[in-house]
Amino acid sequence: MDTIYILWLRQMKKFRRSGVRMIISVVQPLVYFVALGYGLNSIFQAAGRGSYIQFIVPGIIGQTTLFSCIFWGVNLIFDKQFGFLKETLVAPVSRTSVLLGGALGGATIGVLQGIILFIIAILFGFHPYSWPMVGLTLFFLILLSLAMVSFSSAIGAIVNDMQGFMAITNFLVLPLFFLSGAMFPLDGVPRVMKAFAYVNPLSYAIDAMRATLINQSYFGLWTDFFVMAGTLIILLVFSIYRFKKIQA
Amino acid sequence: MADIISVQNATKQFGKVTAVDDVSFTVREGEIFGFLGPNGAGKSTTIKMLTTLLTPTSGTLELAGHNVVKEQTAARKIFGIVFQDPTLDGELSAWDNMHLHAVLYKVDKKTYKARIEELMKLVELWDRKDSLVKTFSGGMRRRLEIARGLLHHPKILFLDEPTLGLDAQTRNLLWNYIKRMNEQEGMTIFFTTHYLQEAEAVADRIAIIDHGKIKVLGTAEELKQQTNTESLELAYLELTGKEVRDESLSSAAGTQEFMRKIISSRMNK
Repeated sequence: MDTIYILWLRQMKKFRRSGVRMIISVVQPLVYFVALGYGLNSIFQAAGRGSYIQFIVPGIIGQTTLFSCIFWGVNLIFDKQFGFLKETLVAPVSRTSVLLGGALGGATIGVLQGIILFIIAILFGFHPYSWPMVGLTLFFLILLSLAMVSFSSAIGAIVNDMQGFMAITNFLVLPLFFLSGAMFPLDGVPRVMKAFAYVNPLSYAIDAMRATLINQSYFGLWTDFFVMAGTLIILLVFSIYRFKKIQA
Repeated sequence: MADIISVQNATKQFGKVTAVDDVSFTVREGEIFGFLGPNGAGKSTTIKMLTTLLTPTSGTLELAGHNVVKEQTAARKIFGIVFQDPTLDGELSAWDNMHLHAVLYKVDKKTYKARIEELMKLVELWDRKDSLVKTFSGGMRRRLEIARGLLHHPKILFLDEPTLGLDAQTRNLLWNYIKRMNEQEGMTIFFTTHYLQEAEAVADRIAIIDHGKIKVLGTAEELKQQTNTESLELAYLELTGKEVRDESLSSAAGTQEFMRKIISSRMNK
């Protein structure tokens, strides 16, 4: 437990010193939110779907957390390149706890950024349909963060250089985001796109947040929960497996 | 004195390349043991096997009676290590780096603060304890790494080229700490270096490894007598030849083999 805590604390200390990074990582989703939210609001409303700003907020929170977490594994690449990883690999602690400590740090940052975006959205006039349900939104946000950080850690464990890591994650992040229903309702899209949305775990995370924030769900909250929990377990086990295979 | 490091028939192969070839030796408790050899001779691979970072292809390696493969956690508690390349977190302060190490090695919570202070004063970095490590010079980082390696009272300290790239003053200072630890705490020191005068001056016994095999093992005096030479440097050249080595492998054919190995391992993934 001490190992997990100290490695989590390490991530927090480093994050606290990176004030600029924190702001930058929130700016991009904010641009999406303002430009698309206000840009498409009238069309969305004319189509009889209600407020687009309300609709897009869960998607933007998901985006913020996704972008933050999926690149988290780059820390592992840095630890390999700057050598710190060796310090943890020769220590008399389990590899699982080394991985978990760092990953929990990354997930905490992802959740914090999601919360910051939620607060900004409120300032822009967003209102959740039921405040008690926001607790459940947070629960799903945590599930999403953990799953994405696990995934990113697995890539960071497999790949040894920055370029390789960036190539893989950049290749994945936009399709994951755009084919998740973060920006549009899934009931109106072509069948092929829908098929992609069905196999994309992010769709379920965003659907769950939409269900708990604005009471609109496509898959149903229980389905969201089981898919997210299943995804998390698979990705976590996979990342631990890959992390244990690292040889210095 | 009992043996604290025991290596029996250790072999490590990377694909078809044999980096360490059926090596056996022992190091006695409290000894300062120099492990020398040209680049690519198998020094770092041996250290990595002893410190649980690489699994040997065959053979038995033990630290204070603990098998490094089967009793990994017990073996890891025995040693501290200063790697050839830095392993500090530059984004954390010097104190944070020490604290993190204390927690990873479960150093008693009541005593670790005093221990950190004692060691950081020893390496003359206590007044810089709150500075980020990335602001430190190479010599300061190496001193901090040594302090960190000593933090959990290891029985063995592994030093992989601890003085590489440091000026004479810093080298002298480092060996003074290391010798003091060896005398005060009876700590066994296992080090590699390319500075042969350094090895001659501090090591109780020296092993010379080349092409993955131990060529010779003994005191500096014995090595000189055996080769009929006047200095360790000459003895070393007599034993390992004057040909310059590549970092990874020692011949063009070997390099080709190495490339083939990389390519095939990429394909297999």
